[in-house]
Amino acid sequence: MSILIDENSRVVVQGITGQEGSFHTRQMLDYKTIIAAGVTPGKGGQQMEGVPVFNTVQEAVDKEGANVSCIFVPPPFAADAIIESAAAGIGVIVCITEGIPVLDMVKAANFIKDKDLVLIGPNCPGIISPGKSKVGIMPAPIHKQGEIGVISRSGTLTYEVVYQLTGAGMGQSTCIGIGGDPIVGTSFIDILKKFKDDPQTEGVVLIGEIGGTAEEEAAEYIKAGFNKPVTAFIAGQTAPPGRRMGHAGAIISGGQGKAEDKIKALQDAGISVSLNLASLGKTVSEVMAKHRSV
Amino acid sequence: MKLHEFQAKDIFRRSRIPVPDGQLVTNVDQVIEVAKNLNGPPWVVKAQVHAGGRGKGGGVKVVKTTEEIKSAVDTMLGKQLVTKQTGSQGVTVHQVLIEEGVNIDKEYYLGMVVDRSIFMPTMIFSQAGGMDIEEVAAETPDLIFKEPVSPITGWLPNNARNLIYRLDPLPEPPVIKALLAVMANLYKAFISNDCSLVEINPLVITKEGQVLAVDAKITIDDTASFRQKDLMKLDDPREKDPLELKAEENDLNYIRLDGNIGAMVNGAGLAMATMDVIKSAGAEPANFLDVGGGANEEMISKGFEIILQDSRVKAVLINIFGGILRCDVLARGVLAAAKKNSIEVPLIVRLEGTNVDEGRKILEESDLKFLVAKDLAEAAELVAKQVS
Repeated sequence: MSILIDENSRVVVQGITGQEGSFHTRQMLDYKTIIAAGVTPGKGGQQMEGVPVFNTVQEAVDKEGANVSCIFVPPPFAADAIIESAAAGIGVIVCITEGIPVLDMVKAANFIKDKDLVLIGPNCPGIISPGKSKVGIMPAPIHKQGEIGVISRSGTLTYEVVYQLTGAGMGQSTCIGIGGDPIVGTSFIDILKKFKDDPQTEGVVLIGEIGGTAEEEAAEYIKAGFNKPVTAFIAGQTAPPGRRMGHAGAIISGGQGKAEDKIKALQDAGISVSLNLASLGKTVSEVMAKHRSV
Repeated sequence: MKLHEFQAKDIFRRSRIPVPDGQLVTNVDQVIEVAKNLNGPPWVVKAQVHAGGRGKGGGVKVVKTTEEIKSAVDTMLGKQLVTKQTGSQGVTVHQVLIEEGVNIDKEYYLGMVVDRSIFMPTMIFSQAGGMDIEEVAAETPDLIFKEPVSPITGWLPNNARNLIYRLDPLPEPPVIKALLAVMANLYKAFISNDCSLVEINPLVITKEGQVLAVDAKITIDDTASFRQKDLMKLDDPREKDPLELKAEENDLNYIRLDGNIGAMVNGAGLAMATMDVIKSAGAEPANFLDVGGGANEEMISKGFEIILQDSRVKAVLINIFGGILRCDVLARGVLAAAKKNSIEVPLIVRLEGTNVDEGRKILEESDLKFLVAKDLAEAAELVAKQVS
């Protein structure tokens, strides 16, 4: 098993005819992801790499049975694209777009709140269940099917971590970038709950960064009874307060969001925190070996 | 984007949030004329800089004569103002706001942010106004009242009542009525201007029973710039570091730090983690530079130039994990910058990911002198060697 997506996922790409949408559609097709449909308003009836293009997500759901969406729509229209997917009954929405206005995301997040669906992102690399399906923009070759679940607020930092894991002989069940924006659809806890019930996942790597309190909340959840070993890393130990570090959500403000507080909360919950990215792969190996020997 | 106090107060006036009368001066010769048009004494002279902590830094003065206004303006205009938020160098004051003084009876705090954990705009109200609100929140959290607003209903009178009727003692009915209006108007201003922060500290109740925003702080959500074009014209580039400004013009995320190891990285998380790696190697990063996931050759070249133009930099670490950004594009960008600028400091390059072999080959076949790090651990070691 894996979580959220697998070899049967039927993906609709929103913004499929745009530069990024078409490039990554090809990459996903190369990975054998089932791209069931594309959506670009006004271009319904066309084809992109053999994929039928529709004007609305509803048509993609009705005619092609799409159940996962991947959004490459430009920022001014992306929140609308999320809401469109949710209203059409898509179960897993992956929004890659960076730079959506916060107040647009306030509307989208409140619209989907009580619906039975998962929103990954925005401003994220997406999801990959190695060997099965890729819905996102991550470089596929660094991944390997295996036993570690990866959750992260970052893109390239996740690639670095996955590269170290694969290099150390540890494959991944599912890797998820939940996004670097202040408002994202999914928390660390939402994903941890899914990893908890996934038999393929034996351990989890959690990659956080400064800003907000998502890591502290995850620490509380893990402490209260998560059943698999977790290794964590927090980026931004040297970040100055009051500055947005690239990600809109990566900011220490009002005394909240410091790396040291997050590291302490995780350690207090009994989680191994790697303080140096260069040796994270090694730390995960040790944590997993220790867990197996118990 | 941060606004100056006088800009924020202009928005307040348009939004029917009462503020004291005032006028901006950029030249000490304007003072006499301005003072004539403002009720006083007393008057308040306020340096217009983005940094907080102006009061304690000497950037806010209450004065009683026109001569005193003149001398207060004179000590601020064109001078460096040092506050706890500016660093020891301070910032240059280019503009000064002169305002009528007010008879303060009570000082409240009123602000609005988006609470990221519940996805809702949230109003924050406190009767402990005029103080550092972060300290109040840390020491006496009971004095901070919060009211989340559903984006479906928008602001409703009950939201305001939930905040106001927690005050002890309760103000007179006319003041309550004025507060209700200020809160409703603040919410409207927050939404219609795509704010990420609005702060009124203090919100003053005058002895005459008037409610006045005596200070004003607004930050606009940069991602909404496409629909807030008029507001974006209020940006003051003089408040920014020149290298940060150059980066901004090229769509690069650059933040100047205090160390001497320049770093160029793709992706914000990896860039932060690379800074941390530099630090744990015993050095200090000179900057944060995220060239972004989709950088092209020109952006790479500009980013590298910005680091090379920083005279404090004693060594440069390039750490790229190719995803959408291909390593060959990175290599060509680095070479383009190297052609225009002489590189006199050691350069450490760590490349991985998409088209890594091609990227490495392009660099190796060039005249560029650089050290190759095969992984992040080796990059850290090489950085440590440069500073020892």
